[in-house]
Amino acid sequence: MRDVAVVGIGTNDFGELWEKSLRSIWAESALAALSDAGVDSVDLITIGCMSPGLFVGQEHLASLLADELGMAGVPASRVESACASGGLALRTGFAEVASGLSDTVLVTGVEKMTDVDGADATYALGSAADQEWEGFHGITFPGLYAMLAQVHMQRYGTTSEQLAAVAVKNHANGLLNPHAQYHLKVSVEDVLASTMVADPLHLLDCSPVTDGAAALVLTTVERAKELGGDRPVVKITGSGLATDTITLANREDLSELCAVQLAAERAFKMADKKPEDLHVVEVHDCFTIAEIMATEAIGLFGPGHGASAVEDGQTSLHGKIPVNTSGGLKSKGHPVGATGVAQAAEIVSQLRGEAGQRQVEGARVGLAQNMGGSGGSSIVHILEVE
Amino acid sequence: MSVGIVGYGAFIPRRRIKLEEIAKVWGADAPSYRRGLQLNEKSVPGADEDTVTMSVEATRNALARSGGVDPVDIGALYIGSESHPYAVKPSGTIVAEAIGATPDIHIADFEFACKAGTETMFVAQSLVKAGEVKFAVGIGADTSQGAPGDALEYSAAAGAAAFIFGNDEERILAEVVDTYSWTTDTPDFWRREYMHYPRHGSRFTGEPAYFRTSMNSAKGMMEKVGLEPKDFAHAIFHQPNGKFPMRVGKKLGFSQEQLETGWLSPWLGNTYSGASPMGFTAVLDIAKPGDLVLLTSFGSGAGSDSFVFKITDRIELVRGRAPMTRPQLDENQIYVDYGTYAKLRGKIRMAE
Repeated sequence: MRDVAVVGIGTNDFGELWEKSLRSIWAESALAALSDAGVDSVDLITIGCMSPGLFVGQEHLASLLADELGMAGVPASRVESACASGGLALRTGFAEVASGLSDTVLVTGVEKMTDVDGADATYALGSAADQEWEGFHGITFPGLYAMLAQVHMQRYGTTSEQLAAVAVKNHANGLLNPHAQYHLKVSVEDVLASTMVADPLHLLDCSPVTDGAAALVLTTVERAKELGGDRPVVKITGSGLATDTITLANREDLSELCAVQLAAERAFKMADKKPEDLHVVEVHDCFTIAEIMATEAIGLFGPGHGASAVEDGQTSLHGKIPVNTSGGLKSKGHPVGATGVAQAAEIVSQLRGEAGQRQVEGARVGLAQNMGGSGGSSIVHILEVE
Repeated sequence: MSVGIVGYGAFIPRRRIKLEEIAKVWGADAPSYRRGLQLNEKSVPGADEDTVTMSVEATRNALARSGGVDPVDIGALYIGSESHPYAVKPSGTIVAEAIGATPDIHIADFEFACKAGTETMFVAQSLVKAGEVKFAVGIGADTSQGAPGDALEYSAAAGAAAFIFGNDEERILAEVVDTYSWTTDTPDFWRREYMHYPRHGSRFTGEPAYFRTSMNSAKGMMEKVGLEPKDFAHAIFHQPNGKFPMRVGKKLGFSQEQLETGWLSPWLGNTYSGASPMGFTAVLDIAKPGDLVLLTSFGSGAGSDSFVFKITDRIELVRGRAPMTRPQLDENQIYVDYGTYAKLRGKIRMAE
């Protein structure tokens, strides 16, 4: 396998982008990444997008978007793994460059979620659950994650205040991210006073519905050095993908996220790294409980210790291991197909030392964890700077 | 020659339903709705109350304050509503017959979501200004629709306001200083033919629709006449819930005191085409001669009409000649449960 580097990143404002279309937000981030990389042609475009059909009534996205960029003729493919579609697009691009099938790949993720109303958005997102065993019986994602939270609370004594601490931390980080959807300072009291969505998850325990896109340019390390000048070369050294049962009813233990654990183990093995080697981490905090469980599954903390770690400030921007410096899905926003790519873009930005006010000093090894559904799939990437 | 309002009147049905009663049925969190929408209760039309009957009541109240305007001198009558009882067949003809204004009269029903009422006011004052008619009536009235369980169900209410415009200086109680309208195609809320209830773009109805449109209309109006918020004694904005009118008013620089007299929605709900006109009637009930009043409506789709009115001495003489608005809201309420409400609003449907 060849070594793979990220040579360009493109992120734009996330939010309720009512005056823009899927193709326009996608093209903005793609052009930003190409410009950042200093390249004007690629061998492949990968697109992570969960459900353009349900959100904007458009399928056949790969050709549509290649054409939008003036690149009709270039190979392009859309990949889907629910909310982990962006991570899967990154893994696909990584495999192409590593294997030698492509030299330079434009990896993108996009979701345009606010063109439909709340009920339709909930339905579209719900299609990431097992419809026959879960969705058709009426449960939606807040309910599924609420069940995971209930088990975690019963097993480990995790509290609502500890869940709220995740939202408080991520919103504090989001205040430092100009592209974040929400620039809000929230307190534990604010979270606990917000509307109850699915016990124990309040409104402020949930990530929002978001329009957004993100892009990366991957190439060989040799070409990255040519293109990058004095800029540090960020390499992808580990990539892990894993699945789990989609339906919660088929899991042996609801207090853990096995797909995340497996994906992380595979990525660590490939990169020859351990959790202790990490300096900065982005995890899939679609709900506050998801961040706590993901940090445990990755191995940052032992089972049941993720909640107290957040409360103690260990995952804060200046804590022992900063988690979700971007603001996470909670504050930055969660355009589902774009999230996995945006997470990797944040890690690249940190490893390059370009993260501005939210920079983690001396960050050299980072991890991005993306997740589909209620943990039915997960993709983990480890990135390092030379 | 000045043109102005020579008679005004409002009508509010006596029935009310509390927010908690609706929330209970749908398993919703009443305190967060109460906090988020700033709504407490809303009016409910009775079995014999609709846009036509409420328009008649409001227009009769306006006539009572008009100092003896002979209904046969009314040359035009327009009703703005999104709940005209008939899809084809005018509401206005029934109202005109009821007040004795037929047959020498121009009539049409208006629709522009929640700003149809103020549009009738604009056209009525324009016809008087042009000299086409001696008196013209503009009415905003609705038995608003909100789908069962939808956020709109907590606000959709019933009520009417009517205004008689004329150029008889001795009769004018509020002079029309100037008007302005700001309109774009912004589809934030709609109801197609054969749909029972409107649909809306959730949060899209806020920022790009209500706030952008209302702000541009109010600002354009104030620029046109060279006035600032501090120059007004009162300002009234469209009231889709309790929160929006206060927020838009304060964003523009108006104070709580300037806004609260016309702020009826926390207890009335959203009477759609009647909303800001009814708030204006509550202001007329207490305004002082010389006061300047800003009225800014909003209709989804989306547009906003603004008016600047100057209150005259006559207001003090005539305001007591018909039921005032706030007492209609605050007194003699009949509280209904959700079942009764569902029956009255035609929400119980038989299989056909």
